[in-house]
Amino acid sequence: MNLSNHVPILIIAIPLLAAFLVPLINRISKKATGILSALALSVSLILTIVLAVKILTVGPQVYIFGATSPSLALPSGLKFPIRIMFEVDAMGIFMGLITAVVSFLGAIYSLSFLKKYDGVDKYYSLLLLLTVGMFGMEFTGDIFNFFVFLEIASIASVALISFRGVDYGEPAEAGFKYMVVSSISALMVLFAVGIFYGQYDILNLAAIAKVIKYSQLDKIALGLLIPVLAMKAGAVPMHMWTPDAYSEAPAPITMILVAASQASLYALFRIVFSLYNITMNTLTVGWIIIIFGLLSMFIGVTMAIVQKDIKRLMAYHAVSQTGYMLLGVGVGLAVLANPIALQNYGITAMEGGIFHIMNHAMYKGLLFLTAGALFFRTGTRDLNKMGGLAHSMKYTTIFFIIGAAAIAGLPPFNGFASKLLIYESVYRFNPLLSIIAMVVSILTLASFVKVFHSAFLGPKLPQFKEVKEVPRSMVFAMAVLSCIIIFFGLFPDLIVKNLVHPAVMSLIEQLQYTGTALGGM
Amino acid sequence: MIGNLPYVAVVIFIGLGIYTLMFKKNLIKITIGIVLIENGVNLFLITLGYRKGAIAPIYTQAPSGQAMVLPTPQALTLTSIVIGIATTALILSIAMMIYKHYGTLDTDEVRRLRG
Amino acid sequence: MKEMSRIVKTVTNFVYGFIIIFGLYIIAHGHLTPGGGFQGGAVAGSAFALLLVSYGSLNSNKFLKKDIFSLFENFGLVLFIVLGFSGLGITFFYNFLANSGSWFGNAAFIGINPGDMNTGGVIPLMNIAVGLEVLSAFGVIVLTMASGAEFTKKKEKS
Repeated sequence: MNLSNHVPILIIAIPLLAAFLVPLINRISKKATGILSALALSVSLILTIVLAVKILTVGPQVYIFGATSPSLALPSGLKFPIRIMFEVDAMGIFMGLITAVVSFLGAIYSLSFLKKYDGVDKYYSLLLLLTVGMFGMEFTGDIFNFFVFLEIASIASVALISFRGVDYGEPAEAGFKYMVVSSISALMVLFAVGIFYGQYDILNLAAIAKVIKYSQLDKIALGLLIPVLAMKAGAVPMHMWTPDAYSEAPAPITMILVAASQASLYALFRIVFSLYNITMNTLTVGWIIIIFGLLSMFIGVTMAIVQKDIKRLMAYHAVSQTGYMLLGVGVGLAVLANPIALQNYGITAMEGGIFHIMNHAMYKGLLFLTAGALFFRTGTRDLNKMGGLAHSMKYTTIFFIIGAAAIAGLPPFNGFASKLLIYESVYRFNPLLSIIAMVVSILTLASFVKVFHSAFLGPKLPQFKEVKEVPRSMVFAMAVLSCIIIFFGLFPDLIVKNLVHPAVMSLIEQLQYTGTALGGM
Repeated sequence: MIGNLPYVAVVIFIGLGIYTLMFKKNLIKITIGIVLIENGVNLFLITLGYRKGAIAPIYTQAPSGQAMVLPTPQALTLTSIVIGIATTALILSIAMMIYKHYGTLDTDEVRRLRG
Repeated sequence: MKEMSRIVKTVTNFVYGFIIIFGLYIIAHGHLTPGGGFQGGAVAGSAFALLLVSYGSLNSNKFLKKDIFSLFENFGLVLFIVLGFSGLGITFFYNFLANSGSWFGNAAFIGINPGDMNTGGVIPLMNIAVGLEVLSAFGVIVLTMASGAEFTKKKEKS
């Protein structure tokens, strides 16, 4: 049994098995639940790195469920694949690496964060199911399978957002709002799946991409899919759920929720690039995505400056940074039909946007973990009540400075690298967009200076006399993220050449995606 | 004989569901709106598989010589119904938690998170 | 919630066994007739809802225990995933019992046939696992919501 063929499915099956074993282990010992889930997620992380090395050297991998061999897509002369299929190319494994790192660090952070809570086995089970849902969204090659994993991730994340709802009312309200939003988006995705099935009788993404004709019904499906997936990713004007959901969830879950929103963003890019490609009018659709990005950037940062709750402020910044990703990839989409412009600045814009996805997950995760550390020791999230915490929580202060410098785009941290790529290439497309992006960056720096001053600087307050540093597992999670941020900031060229550029090329070239699944037909 | 009537019913379901979701103020009525939209989408999926004058796609003791409707949309709809049950159970439990802490189910009063 | 009158309780005593048996019949014949894991589990789970409604939530806590339902739900889930892993020699979820002569292993006849229960391979076992899981999950959901309603009513009165 050659295990290296089965790596794509083991990345999902091991956390799934662990998610179902956790309530059984809870009857024996309560502490073992956290250790089991951290162990399962570490195995997933190692397997994801192995798969990434294999994909970047050999090529995209395909895994068929229930066939007589893992890569037999078309048994005995069928014209399109009929079984459920995982197709992992460079873009999919890029998102998979983000998911693996973020959920592993979330589980490690939760080992000490949940000391005073009850029902911890359900928390770990739901965290593992959320990870399974995210991996499934990023690896799958079948549109109905994508809907199923999208719903798994949504239901698990709603239950985790309302986790503190037993004692307080606000998490329940945030969970209700998010559940209504994600139900509607998932049902509209299912409607679009129905439209595709009714026209072509195929459910496989690569096979539809080969036969798509961009009829009136396909335009309706595109018009349904783009706003609904942007709604799940938190773009303006559909961003209303983001501040409530991100601020009321426990801190490690907020970090994983950021990665889950980016998985929906990946699905949007996959549908627009690999399913439709140049059959549609890419200039129009590209400008629509650019407008979403501009609105998100500007409204996100202006709403963030006036906030008093630290996690709500960071959630508005998450909306704003999603705008950068939409702007970069939107510019790349708008020039997709124009080969000269694509070579000159289109590919660089998309590299900036996609590199920003990974950078954003790292530094926004670090910022949310530091906000969670402040909440864990002081019991409040209100910036007006906090003050002078740099005296007692030295490590948290250093990690916050690293995160804030990264999000504002200061060298030598990783935010600078991706933002520079976006500024330079978007300027050549339309100078006004680039100027708005730079103004937003300045406002981001301003709001984080405000947070640093309120929470950390100043004299030591009397009510926080016994506050000391957070436990070791939380410091470990924050330290790993800081090391990744500094490494990406010092050597961005290494990451762009080896990880980001293959991802961008696998999105642009639709023939590579369909050729892998259908065997070069 | 049926014509386009099931598709008209799908549009009516989804339209009524969106109307209930936008204009009603009770949390339970919002849940009913979501259930209406989900029923509309399930009906759409089943209707896609219909072929004229065909019978159910089961081989066990079936009458011979007849065409059968497509079985794949039926599997898709079954999965969607199961997901709908999980969604409805979770949303109703969250509505119960909101009632426990706020004392009311009116969306004008459940507004502590603002700004 | 309060218990209902003696007529309702007597009819429930007669009927709930038949509902559970009918649900198990739908689960077991899922590979031949319409039905399967989820549908049969939903029918059998409605028997627990019937018991809860007719006996009241305070009385039914004596014979419907949430811990045992939760344990059975876990067993169903673990059995389903283990059945998926056991085909891993070839691929995940491979049907290694079909057409093989052992348990559920007769060759399936393609076309109109009177229906042989011994076919299908892994599929009837997965139906049983999913059916067990769904019927216990319905029990847990209904019992939890009932106890939550009790708590809210107590808070309203005080």
